[in-house]
Amino acid sequence: MIRGTVIIDKDLCKGCELCIVACPQTSLALSKSINVSGYRFAELVETNCTGCVNCALVCPEVAIKVYRKAKGTKKVV
Amino acid sequence: METEELTNELELVYSKPETLKDVPFHYCPGCSHSVAHRVIMEVVQELGIQEETIGVAPVGCSVFAYHYMNVDMQQAAHGRASAVATGIKRVLPDKYVFSYQGDGDLAAIGTAETIHTVNRGENILMVFINNGIYGMTGGQMAPTSLPGQITSTSPYGRDTADVGFPLKITELVAMLPGALYVSRHAVHTPNAVRKFKKAITKSFEYQKQKRGTCFIEVVSNCPSGWKMTPVDTIKYIEEVMFPSYPLGDIKVPKDENI
Amino acid sequence: MEQKNNNEDVRLMKGNEALAEAAIRAGMDAYFGYPITPQSEILEYFTREIPNRGGVVLQAESEVASINMIYGAAGAGARVMTSSSSPGISLMQEGLSYIASAQLPCLVVNVVRGGPGLGTIQPSQGDYFQSVKGGGHGDYHLIVLAPASVQEMADHVFEGFRLAEKYNNPAMILTDGALGQMMEKVVLPPEGSLPKVEKPWATTGKLKDRKANIITSLFIQPEKMEQINLDLQAKYKALQKEVRFEKIGCDDAEVILVAFGLSARICQKAVDLAREKGIRAGLLRPITLYPFPTDELRRLSEKVDFMLVVEMNAGQMVEDVRLASMGRCPVHFKGRMGGMIPNPEEIFAEIEALHEKQSASFVKEA
Repeated sequence: MIRGTVIIDKDLCKGCELCIVACPQTSLALSKSINVSGYRFAELVETNCTGCVNCALVCPEVAIKVYRKAKGTKKVV
Repeated sequence: METEELTNELELVYSKPETLKDVPFHYCPGCSHSVAHRVIMEVVQELGIQEETIGVAPVGCSVFAYHYMNVDMQQAAHGRASAVATGIKRVLPDKYVFSYQGDGDLAAIGTAETIHTVNRGENILMVFINNGIYGMTGGQMAPTSLPGQITSTSPYGRDTADVGFPLKITELVAMLPGALYVSRHAVHTPNAVRKFKKAITKSFEYQKQKRGTCFIEVVSNCPSGWKMTPVDTIKYIEEVMFPSYPLGDIKVPKDENI
Repeated sequence: MEQKNNNEDVRLMKGNEALAEAAIRAGMDAYFGYPITPQSEILEYFTREIPNRGGVVLQAESEVASINMIYGAAGAGARVMTSSSSPGISLMQEGLSYIASAQLPCLVVNVVRGGPGLGTIQPSQGDYFQSVKGGGHGDYHLIVLAPASVQEMADHVFEGFRLAEKYNNPAMILTDGALGQMMEKVVLPPEGSLPKVEKPWATTGKLKDRKANIITSLFIQPEKMEQINLDLQAKYKALQKEVRFEKIGCDDAEVILVAFGLSARICQKAVDLAREKGIRAGLLRPITLYPFPTDELRRLSEKVDFMLVVEMNAGQMVEDVRLASMGRCPVHFKGRMGGMIPNPEEIFAEIEALHEKQSASFVKEA
């Protein structure tokens, strides 16, 4: 049962890892490959994302879009 | 199921605000400047005041703030952003005006402008990014550098006997009657970002009431200047910066009924 | 002097106050300034008048803050002015360079006093280079007007705002402590006779139908910064047609005095004294110091035995007069410094001595 997911613009990401440490579900990790600027980028490595928005709040590059199950979703803080 | 297919089933709950231009940030990986930029612009969007907001960018890493913030903006000389903001606000008293400055800009060369803008109770929002270092010029010591902090101009650590102690400019301005709302925040954790956003929202709402200056400090990081990874800066901020720069409201309007 | 009603058009006024009244009548939206002798009356006048006539007046914490408030208000589309005197104007130089680069219209009044350093409060013209050649960093020019009477102190405010807004460029009125403090009859231009100008570039709040306006002087790519400079130089070239000067007795003159502002008033008397003694003297008074009357001076330099430049400094405008005359006639200099004002007799004595030496040398050659 998928409760949420994220889309990370891998070419905007600078591999700072702040989203990775902010994610309560440890759904994110740095990629093995590098992006257009030569950074390893953050990507989803699990499917336990709850769409809690933590990662997007701390992302300095505004690279993360967050999706969540429609039912009774909390208003975006 | 591929993430892309998921997205049409799920609801988009977070994405870039229109009040930020489609321009990648030039900031170093993990720099909190861009988080602060985004939060301010999110509030401008949520309050629907993009057409009435004018920002003033400083000289420092955020000298290019107007490349990112999608509002009318002016670029000020080093240290003078609050004077430029004063000029704007005085001739456009019903618009929302904010200045955005680093610690060198606001608490070194611009100290007189900072003190007097607040002392006049100028109805603007002053955002103060305190990362304890001059970032853009390559990591020199700032007035807010901590005792013993090594920078490119305090290579043996800030010697307080020689160059004094960290300047608590936020506490200083809080003492001025013109200061309506003075609060210190950070953007190093999701919760801190949420609190900072509330403070910025309150500040713009106070500005509408023309009751004095709102002054929000953001204890921020400088991975390159501190020679740390972005993740390590989180611990440094909490263990080393917060003791000198404790978070929280320093001054709130008496009838705090917003 | 009890307060006259202020819409009376013909009055006896101090230069500083005539200038201030003219600024209000010229539709000035905001004034930011700081006290400094000999021009504090300007700020004082505004603090008395503006509260009941509309507009913004604010005493800043320094001249540095003042010029940056000017930058902000000008960038927000307002018609703005500041004023100071030499030491204060030095503090404004960085801001003026920013304003010139961002191409913002504003009016800055320098009521010059004797220097350098803290100097004196007596009149001087020692800031000519600073204002005409650009006292801040980088290649830029201010439009510079030099009044020589209380009447011109008022008129040049209208002219300064008009030119500043026509060219989106800072304009300066280069006057001095004497003109600021002396009282003379002045006919004040009517209120509102200087129409407002559209400023679509101003930061008044980004409307839906336009991109965000940005006021900046930062152009990090050199190609862009060079283009900005090329635009500025083209503007300064176009500005040359705005040159203004006054000529007295130059048509039949054998010697010509060149002087601006207070020095020009004194030279008029010296010209009369010379004419009484049979020396056909004339006076060319630049009214705009930038653009400078180079062509006119070149033309005159071909017709006269010599030129005598009179200034209250160590000799600054004289260099521009020499450049203009290109060696076609000798260009001499007579000046007083430190706030001392030359008198007509000493200038006449200089004319007479130069005239005799000149004719003696003709005799020798003949």
